Amino acid sequence: MLATPALAEAGPEAQSLRTLSGWGRYPRAASEILAADAPGTLPMLLRGRRGVIARGAGRAYGDAAVGQRTTVLTGALDRLRGFDPATGRLRAEAGVTLADIVRTFLPRGFFPPVVPGTQFVTLGGMIASDVHGKNHHREGGFGAHVEALTLLTPDGVPRRCSRDQNPDLFALTLGGMGLTGTILDATFRLRPVESGWICQQTRVAADLSAMLRALEEDDAATYSVAWIDCLARGASLGRGLVYRGEHAGRQACLAAGRDPFPIPAHGRLTVPPGLPAWTLNRASVTAFNALYFRRGAAAGASGLVPWHSYFFPLDGLAAWNRLYGARGFVQHQCVVPRRGAEAVLSGMLDRVARLGTASPLAVLKRLGPGGGGLSFPIDGYTLALDLPANAATFALLDELDRSVVAAGGRLYLAKDARQSRETFEAGYPALPTFRDLRRQLGAEGVLASRLSVRLGM
Amino acid sequence: MAGTLLLVGATSDIGHAVAARYAQAGWRILLAARDPERAQRNADDLVARHRAEVGLLRLDILETDSFAAWLDGLPALPDTVVCAVGELGDQGRAEVDPTHAEGVMRTNFLGPSLLLGLIAERFAARGSGAIVGISSVAGDRGRGSNYVYGAGKAGFTAFLSGLRNRLAKSGVRVVTVKPGFVRTRMTRGLRLPPLLTGEPSEVGQAVYAAAQGGGDVVYVRKIWRLVMAVIAAIPEPVFKRLNL
Ligand SMILES: Cc1cc2nc3c(=O)[nH]c(=O)nc-3n(C[C@H](O)[C@H](O)[C@H](O)COP(=O)(O)OP(=O)(O)OC[C@H]3O[C@@H](n4cnc5c(N)ncnc54)[C@H](O)[C@@H]3O)c2cc1C
Ligand SMILES: NC(=O)c1ccc[n+]([C@@H]2O[C@H](COP(=O)([O-])OP(=O)(O)OC[C@H]3O[C@@H](n4cnc5c(N)ncnc54)[C@H](OP(=O)(O)O)[C@@H]3O)[C@@H](O)[C@H]2O)c1
Repeated sequence: MLATPALAEAGPEAQSLRTLSGWGRYPRAASEILAADAPGTLPMLLRGRRGVIARGAGRAYGDAAVGQRTTVLTGALDRLRGFDPATGRLRAEAGVTLADIVRTFLPRGFFPPVVPGTQFVTLGGMIASDVHGKNHHREGGFGAHVEALTLLTPDGVPRRCSRDQNPDLFALTLGGMGLTGTILDATFRLRPVESGWICQQTRVAADLSAMLRALEEDDAATYSVAWIDCLARGASLGRGLVYRGEHAGRQACLAAGRDPFPIPAHGRLTVPPGLPAWTLNRASVTAFNALYFRRGAAAGASGLVPWHSYFFPLDGLAAWNRLYGARGFVQHQCVVPRRGAEAVLSGMLDRVARLGTASPLAVLKRLGPGGGGLSFPIDGYTLALDLPANAATFALLDELDRSVVAAGGRLYLAKDARQSRETFEAGYPALPTFRDLRRQLGAEGVLASRLSVRLGM
Repeated sequence: MAGTLLLVGATSDIGHAVAARYAQAGWRILLAARDPERAQRNADDLVARHRAEVGLLRLDILETDSFAAWLDGLPALPDTVVCAVGELGDQGRAEVDPTHAEGVMRTNFLGPSLLLGLIAERFAARGSGAIVGISSVAGDRGRGSNYVYGAGKAGFTAFLSGLRNRLAKSGVRVVTVKPGFVRTRMTRGLRLPPLLTGEPSEVGQAVYAAAQGGGDVVYVRKIWRLVMAVIAAIPEPVFKRLNL
């Protein structure tokens, strides 16, 4: 029990080989693990190493946060460095989680300007993926809100980067997937909010055109997201629910008898390991049908929902990625330009519905103009599908990729585990510029993830 | 009631969790570190997170001659002092390198004991105060794998015990905290048994509760009291042959 010989041997640079994967648990690869213990000691830890990548909370689905040789854990970089309540400006280390930020500042009346669909991500991960929220059409990605960051470049020097200081490095680090350097800290502004409640309006869309119309109507809304029933075919293809959200005012909460800053109940349910792969399909089809028909009956219904269920509905179920069984799953997230989107999306949804084994649910969102570089968003629609990792899925996705490329779209690197170099190169015209910058920085071969090696970044 | 906490060893992960717990309760925080620049991120965190009033001072636990003047120079005598200073060291090296072994012993035993001893005098003169030493289960019984560190902690534990005994009637509390395994910089990269391994925040809570009157010798995870009782009960002829 007291296996402490290790205690005597291990120094601060203790290291080990481990099998790592992303949130989808596919693919898996062995990597040496290093743990940062403070921003100041990171240069020494990384000196002379090659094939290194930073890892935040490991919520990227595929192989973005798995080092070619070495993966650097950033969890200990979890200190807040400064907060100004007058402006909402927060400076925090890169390993600080979104959950920590919300827990700390929501009770003080502040909320992050952009949040992804889970709060279990780090600030570094949000910047490196330039994550988008349900408000991308109005606010852009998280990167648009970053005022400055400190980047440890491959030469071992921490550099301040902003729109004025090292602007090119700054721009390509937003969405740069950790390949320009390791982000040590960043500064951005939180938004004042009057409550932690969202006034949510739910609408039913009977088919894809109704769905796209509903999302267009939401261009004026603060938040908007749609769930699509992927099993619906024919005239119902693309049917689903659209959720519009606005921050609720303090008065509205009090009038409804709600504590303005709700705290989520403790004790999350955890999915046990070792479930067979079909569990999810049955469970979520049933859940969706229940939701669809219940909500459908109350079309146009609106009500107050707490922040965690509006923004992070899946976070209530810990380790839900185990639902797909031991082989893991992939998420296919594409964006296609607005013009002509309906035809492309209906073609894709039709293929998915015909395969049947695909994820019963898909998420559809509007995206506004993007942040450039390797940042994912472009003006259009983004569709995300979860699928079990198997041969049928990969064949289907190769087909879907062809439609995405033909439409001038692209795939999200933070979700990717299997796209081809051709698909990637076609989708990201900024790639040559990105490679040039990597060359100048001496980052080639030094900063490398399984993703970057696979895609030749 | 909120007062002033003096944390010695302010770059420690456990120490930071302790300071955060006090800051959350509205205490003023005085941080002492041998390299204040490296402790700045912890000071900032307390301010940003808890709107705490934080001071940052330099103190090297090996410079024992400086303690008295250093204490005289404090803006005010704190209400509670927590010492998180410690060094795990390298047992193998300590076996052949007396300088290294001496450093480990001085850092875990001599420095913390002498500093807390001087503070105890001042607390006793005032008639109030709480003194918390972060010691270790490693001091409960010397084991072949880390007895140099363990011996330092054993000395510290004995010192705290005597201090507590002497000051029991003076209004000064003395608390010995034995964290068990904790996920910190000290243990990073080691494979630790999950049931026996805590987070720094658990130590923070345990220290806060104990200093406010919750206990004299605190095992942060209760199971450690049992584990160490079993280890202490093993007869020496058997113990000496075990691979611990
Ligand atoms: C349930 C769920 C819902 C999601 N919803 C959304 C969504 O709505 N919108 C969206 O945009 N994304 C979404 N994502 C994806 C997620 O937001 C991104 O993958 C994000 O990057 C994860 O952050 P992380 O801290 O887990 O980073 P990791 O997964 O650990 O790493 C992701 C990338 O960031 C890099 N990185 C991490 N830390 C640093 C650092 N300190 N310096 C440099 N590079 C770093 C890594 O190298 C890697 O390339 C979702 C993921 C899940 C699991
Ligand atoms: N982690 C565990 O599993 C565990 C278990 C039982 C007990 N403990 C004890 O808990 C305490 C805190 O440890 P930790 O886990 O938080 O590890 P840590 O981060 O390594 O903390 C050790 C602290 O001691 C400080 N220190 C060392 N030598 C010093 C000196 N000469 N002068 C001033 N400060 C000095 C270090 O400062 P620098 O940053 O300047 O080096 C650091 O702040 C230690 O006493 C440790 O023995 C830890």
